[in-house]
Amino acid sequence: MIGRKSLPKRILTVDLPMLVILAFTLGPYLWMLLTSLTSEDRLFTEGPSLVGATVENYVRLFATVGFLTNLVHSFIIAAGTVVVGLTLSVTAAYSFSRFSFRGKRYLLLQFLIINMFPVVLLILPLFVMMRVLGILDTHLALIIANATVAIPFSVWMMTSYMNGIPKSLDEAAMTDGCSRLGALWRVVLPLCTPGIIATGIYIFITAWNEYLYALTLGGRNVRPITVAIQTLIGEYEVEWGLLTSGGIIGAMPATLLFLIVQKRLISGLTQGAVKG
Amino acid sequence: MHTMNEPVGRAALARKVLPYALLSPAVLVTLAIVFFPMIQAAWMSLHDYVLWKPKDFTFVGLKNFVAALGDEVFWISLKHTVIWIALTIPAQLLLGLATALLLNQQFPWRPVARALIIIPWALPSVVIALMWVWIYDANYGILNEFLLRLGLIKASIPWLADPDTALYAIILTLTWQGFPFFAVMILAGLQSIPRSYYEAASLDGASTLRQFWHITLPGISGVLITAVLLRTIWVANSIDVIYVMTGGGPGYATYTLPLYAFIKARTNLDFGYGSSLAVLFTLMLLGLVVVYLRRAGRGID
Repeated sequence: MIGRKSLPKRILTVDLPMLVILAFTLGPYLWMLLTSLTSEDRLFTEGPSLVGATVENYVRLFATVGFLTNLVHSFIIAAGTVVVGLTLSVTAAYSFSRFSFRGKRYLLLQFLIINMFPVVLLILPLFVMMRVLGILDTHLALIIANATVAIPFSVWMMTSYMNGIPKSLDEAAMTDGCSRLGALWRVVLPLCTPGIIATGIYIFITAWNEYLYALTLGGRNVRPITVAIQTLIGEYEVEWGLLTSGGIIGAMPATLLFLIVQKRLISGLTQGAVKG
Repeated sequence: MHTMNEPVGRAALARKVLPYALLSPAVLVTLAIVFFPMIQAAWMSLHDYVLWKPKDFTFVGLKNFVAALGDEVFWISLKHTVIWIALTIPAQLLLGLATALLLNQQFPWRPVARALIIIPWALPSVVIALMWVWIYDANYGILNEFLLRLGLIKASIPWLADPDTALYAIILTLTWQGFPFFAVMILAGLQSIPRSYYEAASLDGASTLRQFWHITLPGISGVLITAVLLRTIWVANSIDVIYVMTGGGPGYATYTLPLYAFIKARTNLDFGYGSSLAVLFTLMLLGLVVVYLRRAGRGID
């Protein structure tokens, strides 16, 4: 598997296959990008092309369809979910990582199991519950729905980050007169900051990309971009230029964030898997 | 420090209670927004409950479940769910494995390749679904044009409108969406295998294939099993891509079980029957979940 290969052999057995896989990976995305840069009337006569590329679809998206409002809705929901997910899980993760107590195993597995239940099983009762509470179609409803995914994920990730910080640091802080919570706040949290940021960003991405909850529990007053992109089909008779530019814009924040945090995130995500 | 000035009994009690107190916010909230709704779903599944007749909430016992077992669409959806998992997971796994093995080699643009490969993972599923609808488009889609130019097909194929191809077209989309996850997980597994194993094997004259079989595969088997379990559960549950691409159609050609449950509730507003389908599906998945939890449980402590 290792050992030096001659250059032609490397190109044939590594570079070329990698390029093929990358073409498959990026092809659909680039095709969408190209479509979005082609004006609507040329699209159906000549097909998407870089010749005569234009941003008119993007202009129309913001000027006539009101895409900016949808972006704001998405942002409020995603940011709200990050705040809820992180604040609720900090102390829980600290407890899991620093104490041993009865039922710890089951409580920790409980958080793992949540994300394995089908979304349908949750979406139906949440709809009924929120209808009774009268919060359907509000930001709060979608933040709660996204929190069902964010809290367990965040507890799991933060526990693994905190496990990486030596217990002796808390003990040293407590000998110096800190309380337990003081040690958490002053010593452990600052050291976990990179992990917390990565977790927060991942929660943001998931909430930003979420579709089924947004469609079912929101959709009229509160219409995040995922739902808005989908409705472009109905209201405007599949205008692919408009639709693809919506796709590019809608995917942009999450994609950029993902590229920024991928390294730290992936090491956190795969840690459990590699051990198992 | 102040706990030390207090009587020993109280301090010990405080130490016992503290872990639970720290856990309580997260646990209470998940009880309220996850476990309580799930019990409610199970409860709804035992009732006649159609949303436009909100007064009618009569207990009917297992009637919905019996009805499901006699429902032709239930069995069609179940069959599709099985095909869906049986094709998507191996396809994602093989493509992911190939990608990971390549990314584990040394070549100058490896960091770029590794970053770009996970793009499908970061895209919203709605965007993925619509992107592929456009690719599969019968009149202007690039897939038809590509295959026509290569001479592989004689006439454009309406991939998503033809009941014979629709399910497989969606499976290709799902494969595209999910293989980066496998690639990343497997790559992490590959990198945890000590280099010295390969060096020793080369010295003994083992071929690349034998090295793969006797060192690489055993080395990543743990990751492979975990990734397959996680992904199977995820793919089985995932309905957003199908819902956007075909909505289950044409006819029932792309119905899977969770999608059927969702459509029953969303379109027919039949929450009783929809819940019973969701509960049935969950029970079927439970076996996999238990196996996964056993594995994950070993890692704790």
